[in-house]
Amino acid sequence: MTAPIMQVCAAELSLGGHKILDRIDLQLFPGEVVVLVGPNGAGKSTLLSAMSGDEGLDAGDILLAGKPLADWDVKQLSRVRAVQTQESRVSFAFTGEDVVRMGRAPWAGTAEEELDEMVVANALRSTESGSLAPRTVQTLSGGEKARVAFARVLAQETRIIMLDEPTAPMDIRYQEQLMTTVHHRTREGATAIVVLHDLSLAAAYADRIVLLQAGRIKAVGTPSEVLTAQNLQDVYRYPVSVVQHPESGGVIITPLRPHLQPSKIREEELI
Amino acid sequence: MTTDQRIQPLRLQGTVPRLPGDQLQAPEPRLGTGNKIRNTTVLVILGAAVLLAALFSAGVGQMQISVAEILASISHRLGLDWGVLPEHPHAESALWAIRFPRVLMAIIVGAALAAAGVMMQGVFGNPLAEPSVVGVSSGAAAFACTSIALGLTFFGQWTTVVAAFIGGLVATTLVYLTARHGGRTEVVTLVLTGVAINAIAGAVIALMTFLGDTSAREEIIFWQLGSLNGTLWINVGIAGPIALAGILLAFTTTRKLDLLALGERPARHLGVNVERLRKQVIVVVAFLTSAAVAFAGIIGFVGLVVPHILRMALGPGHRMLLPASVLGGALLMLAADTTARTLVANADLPIGMLTALVGGPFFFWLIRRTRRGAGGWS
Repeated sequence: MTAPIMQVCAAELSLGGHKILDRIDLQLFPGEVVVLVGPNGAGKSTLLSAMSGDEGLDAGDILLAGKPLADWDVKQLSRVRAVQTQESRVSFAFTGEDVVRMGRAPWAGTAEEELDEMVVANALRSTESGSLAPRTVQTLSGGEKARVAFARVLAQETRIIMLDEPTAPMDIRYQEQLMTTVHHRTREGATAIVVLHDLSLAAAYADRIVLLQAGRIKAVGTPSEVLTAQNLQDVYRYPVSVVQHPESGGVIITPLRPHLQPSKIREEELI
Repeated sequence: MTTDQRIQPLRLQGTVPRLPGDQLQAPEPRLGTGNKIRNTTVLVILGAAVLLAALFSAGVGQMQISVAEILASISHRLGLDWGVLPEHPHAESALWAIRFPRVLMAIIVGAALAAAGVMMQGVFGNPLAEPSVVGVSSGAAAFACTSIALGLTFFGQWTTVVAAFIGGLVATTLVYLTARHGGRTEVVTLVLTGVAINAIAGAVIALMTFLGDTSAREEIIFWQLGSLNGTLWINVGIAGPIALAGILLAFTTTRKLDLLALGERPARHLGVNVERLRKQVIVVVAFLTSAAVAFAGIIGFVGLVVPHILRMALGPGHRMLLPASVLGGALLMLAADTTARTLVANADLPIGMLTALVGGPFFFWLIRRTRRGAGGWS
């Protein structure tokens, strides 16, 4: 087994007197997609921002390539990991292309700079955002903004990509496309850690799933190990059903809605 | 894998994983390439306009001096005997003792104020941030007034400008600490901070007017109105290097300010040391504002109008916006100063009044527009 690229050891973090992360242990390996799931306030975003170096820990360590995260220079760090935050607001009327080009900033002044044009074009192509390039980001819809933000993350060409609910504002096509691209990047050697709310999407693309509950890891493992009806009901406090799709074989996780009247849709109308 | 390998890029290939339902190939992204030529053209035109406006401004006044005569006068001073010197016996002295320092000061003040506007707007991520609006100019003026009224001479000729610098530094820091919260600027807080600082600075200036002797009082009134009347070479020699230092420092921050438009966290993710950038910008703004305020008084709205118009024309990228604003600010100030001293015969209008007359309504319009526009208020 290869060495982990990131290690979170007994991480603890309190915000406003409230324990957000409680003794989290996690390792990330090259070539895998790790998806963080869990209910609101479970600590997913906080864990991600601690791993990206934005939040310091109260206790515990986060090691990146064996070196404590706090010892990394901001510039060096930007060449190793790229982050897409939940919010992708941009001040001033920068175009989509401007924003994607900002992803190249970590490589400015290096030999890599010569490849800027090619990489920006590839990032736009991979996200099907070519048509957004000349448009002002402020005028884009939420989903379009998120696509531009993801293209920027790709243009950074880092070995670690951290995405906080990147697919939340996207339609089905771009959700699938983003996760396919993420999957593809990890097969090329990248490591991805992604916060998702869509459990079916998580089940389809994750190599490993980390289920968080109240700042602790409730379960970690492959999708079929973690995303069991029992685990999810415990964590989300809502009855869910985990079924296998008859055609794709993929796992579908759907809430059971016992309080609603049985659906009146006739059997043959269902696919 | 070693650490060195990890900070190598993981090449992004152009191969797009094909999704089911892909009927037609997405069009190739077309990247903007024509902008460089357009931007260079704008800079050249602005530069030429500044030169022409400077020559024109030096020529007009109670004594009209032609451009040819001005050029001849300059070339003679440089030891070249080109052209014919001005006919009028006092033309030489009028040019060299009064007009040239004033023209140069207009260029310095305009360039510094516009650059300060660009810096503040960049670091606050908001087009309404401007030295006079948020109180940096009046903070600098309050300190400078104090040095005049109390007759302080710690640094000789440089005392006023040093006092203005400290005042600008204090005001900028105060604005920053108050209006910036959680990595974002609330516009309401920003403007209210400006109201508070302007009120305090106004009170200090009023107190100093009360305390000062007659000559100090006159000087202070001149401050509040803003004027380039009576600019001396020594003033140009002091304000010029400070403004130049400020502008050069500003140029080192342009790329980082672009990234800051994404927000503080994303900027950090892209390798910007946000804390350091913040301090840098505060110092730069203090430099630029003090250079402008120390000898010209409070001249408002230049830092608001110029960057905004140029942002609409050239886009928001700071690498273009900054040099264009430096030139645009100089141009606007030359025009304003020429108007101030020629609009009414034998009268030198306060230039701060002129810029406020034009800039005030513009600010109104900008507030309305920003409120309507996307992401304006926070």
